[in-house]
Amino acid sequence: MAPVQVQAVPVTPASTIVPEKMRDGIVLEINGEQYRHTGDPQMPLLWYLRDVLRLTGTKYGGAHGENGADLVLVNDRMVSAITVSMVKLSDQRVVTVEGLAANDGTLHPVQQAFIDEDAIGCGYCTPGWLIAAVDLLKRKPQPGDNDIDQLPNLCRCGCQTRVRRAIKRVAAAKVAHA
Amino acid sequence: MSDRGTTDGIRLSRRRFLQVLAAGAGVLMVGVRVADAADAPLPLGLLGNTFYDLGAYVRIDSEGNVLIGARDPDTGTGVATSLPRIIADELDADWKRVRVVPLGLGVADNNGQPRWIYGRQIGGEGGSIPAAWADLRQAGALARWLLLQAAAQRLGVPAERLRCDAGTVIAPDGRRLSYASLVEDASKIALPNNAPPLKSADRYQLIGKPAGDVDARGIVTGQTQYAIDQHYAEALVAVLVHCPWPDGMLTGIDTTAALAVKGVVKVVQLKPEPGQPWGHTVIAPAVAVLAEDTWSALQGRDKLKLTWKPGASGSESSSALEQQANALVSGATAPTTRVRDDGDVDTAGRKITRRLQATYFQPWLAHATAEPMNCLVRLDKDRATVVVPTQAPQKAWAVVQRLTGLGPAQIEISVPRVGGGYGRRLDHDYVAEAVMLAQAVDKPVRLLWSQEEDLDHDYYRSGCVHQLNVVIDHKRQLVVWNQRMASASALAHRGVPDNRLWTSEVDADQLPAALLPNYRSDWYGLNSAIPRGPARGMPHLSNAFVVESFIDEIAHYQKEDPLDTHLRLLGDPRLLPLSAGSMLDTGRLINVLKLVADRIQWKNWLHSVNGLGIACWHVNGAYVAHAIEVAMQGQKLTIQRVVCAVDVGRVINPMGLEGQVAGATLDALSTALNLAITFNAGQIQQRQSKDYPLASMAQLPDAVEVITVSNDDAPPTGASFLAMPTAAPALANAVFRVSAVRVRRLPLMKELLRLL
Repeated sequence: MAPVQVQAVPVTPASTIVPEKMRDGIVLEINGEQYRHTGDPQMPLLWYLRDVLRLTGTKYGGAHGENGADLVLVNDRMVSAITVSMVKLSDQRVVTVEGLAANDGTLHPVQQAFIDEDAIGCGYCTPGWLIAAVDLLKRKPQPGDNDIDQLPNLCRCGCQTRVRRAIKRVAAAKVAHA
Repeated sequence: MSDRGTTDGIRLSRRRFLQVLAAGAGVLMVGVRVADAADAPLPLGLLGNTFYDLGAYVRIDSEGNVLIGARDPDTGTGVATSLPRIIADELDADWKRVRVVPLGLGVADNNGQPRWIYGRQIGGEGGSIPAAWADLRQAGALARWLLLQAAAQRLGVPAERLRCDAGTVIAPDGRRLSYASLVEDASKIALPNNAPPLKSADRYQLIGKPAGDVDARGIVTGQTQYAIDQHYAEALVAVLVHCPWPDGMLTGIDTTAALAVKGVVKVVQLKPEPGQPWGHTVIAPAVAVLAEDTWSALQGRDKLKLTWKPGASGSESSSALEQQANALVSGATAPTTRVRDDGDVDTAGRKITRRLQATYFQPWLAHATAEPMNCLVRLDKDRATVVVPTQAPQKAWAVVQRLTGLGPAQIEISVPRVGGGYGRRLDHDYVAEAVMLAQAVDKPVRLLWSQEEDLDHDYYRSGCVHQLNVVIDHKRQLVVWNQRMASASALAHRGVPDNRLWTSEVDADQLPAALLPNYRSDWYGLNSAIPRGPARGMPHLSNAFVVESFIDEIAHYQKEDPLDTHLRLLGDPRLLPLSAGSMLDTGRLINVLKLVADRIQWKNWLHSVNGLGIACWHVNGAYVAHAIEVAMQGQKLTIQRVVCAVDVGRVINPMGLEGQVAGATLDALSTALNLAITFNAGQIQQRQSKDYPLASMAQLPDAVEVITVSNDDAPPTGASFLAMPTAAPALANAVFRVSAVRVRRLPLMKELLRLL
């Protein structure tokens, strides 16, 4: 066996250590983790998520978020990620579709209901529907059809009737467990 | 027994082989490979990437994991689930242990020409399941046969006395061997001379049972990567602005402000290549901004100063085309094509005076996919790597090959799950753009269209005008049906001969062809430079609306129940030969019609305060009917109930089928209610998605009641667009009952409000 060489590590004298300057940038929480954005403060959240963090679950859904595929939760409220710039998000709490499930992989009840009701077409706009459904159920744990009608999402695959069933399934389970 | 040094093959057809590959210890792989007679079986060494070159395949490892390659792009049609289940059932695999891998394009180099080693690879045209039924099952059956032989040897029991269940071979005495334990021996069994027999239907375990989408968990957790989600670190993001006119040109450009945006690297001009068919090259002149990230690219794009000049299309308008179409269908000009001419339409019923005529208009339509056009391209000296949302990877390959000159196997096309196709992704203009841009900047390029570009630069569904004339005898029998249609063919500018341009617009076998003695269908071609292309449900979508609305008009004219009019027209259950060589089974059509009628309680149709409407159709051997109930309060239309019955032959995945049927129904309703593309001075007038408003949740029915006919005597057919054609006519017929307004012009809401 070759001898193991140990190199001495030079010790930095305490007197020479300069405390780090306050770092600039925008600090925000995304899916429970702290991030610091040092780029253009005007960058919309959507491109920060997709291009910088490579969190690609949140989809591009039009220049103004028309089809809702870019919905995220900011402080538990549904927001179109392309319409909110990073400068508005300092110290805010963002949850994307990647952050809905528990850390151990247990799905959020809404995610599970979408699977159980097969509420998925091509699946591209599904993350937006999930966020909108989570937002709705948080505001109204027992939503009526009129409440579900207000969801802003669009879907050409026609998943709407199955999304409706999924939302009702979650609401019904809450009643059953109450 | 010795480890095979080659793959062995069993010939299934002239060019299709079952092949087995012992890819090392402990793995059994069986694939259906399309090959030339001369080169199968192939020496192992000649198979480059053994994993993929085997064709659409099944692979079982010594831990019992089953990997199944899915060859057709899944645009939301569910083929990534249904095709592997066809294989897995034949294999008697444990579905819980099956993982599905999207295969991407399978191409081999055959002396400089491409050979498609997986055979057909097209998604969303309704052909995936019939094709899989014809060949993929064989791969599962062979793998199962090999495992059974290995078990027979080990147990000393004849293979005929063994049975398989969920990944296990079971002997008559109860001894069980897992597939995992048999894989190594099975890969050494000599192949039979002929493909092993397929299962009898009574032994299906997965076929006919509901299954959720294999990608569902990945989708709901945001982990499934679409093409738009993929990247290379060094790739530039490209966004672009297209000329408002496909045949226009750039007359002025100032890039100073765009290039000054931090992160913007280059501005590149693109032009359609002269002489290339639609869908194979850039759709219109364009200016692309390439930048280090999307946000920079978008800002650069917004700072471009561009002036464009129209081409010949600059004088076109959709309203002028409609006038032309009206003149053609009501004039004396000979049609471009006489699509069908049964009996003697000119002289039959000459003395009968009961005649009915109507003219219908349907607008131009866009595709409005959820995932915009995009493409990731990396070009190396001897290799192109392309990630693209396509329905037809072989056509994408052809575009890349032409632009790069690379050899067939030097082009790798991967196709992740696709965010909606509807026919738009059978064209590959955006692939051409991405390749040209990658060539221009000598770096990988990630091309991203905006939703506005998608809407304004589409290969649209042409608007169309139909004129119908019928003659009805005193016994209420239809004696003559004479139909004229005018539209701009989706096949024009695509190298299709003039005498075949009608095939994208009208079906020679559509209802009520073959049901009455004197039937004529004429098609008049319109010329237009506005690009057209394949569209979901065509040609059935536009024709079913007209035919099924008009049959309802005939019923009203005769003061008859429309269901009775339909049933009398369909006659006794029988098989009628169609020109396509297939058969129309009127019994199956009557069945779906009666099913929706019963479910919606049709007998109340005359007395209901709401309006009831009904319609039926047949598409490629599958049958569909809708019954719809609507209510009107003032100008507010509410779709109260929607019932749809389908008969697709054998059902592979009832849960997937229900989703497809409900989804296509909602898509058709959304389209019929609100959607239209118009153009003036050659420019599309719908600039933003709010101008082309897909129906919101509130406008759509709360539920679609789907009735699936279990018809195990008939082979499975595709279902992805089956439920589209009948939804709009059933809706319009229901609207007529409740409002007395006959909508002969779409979109329905606009026309209804105009006529009320």
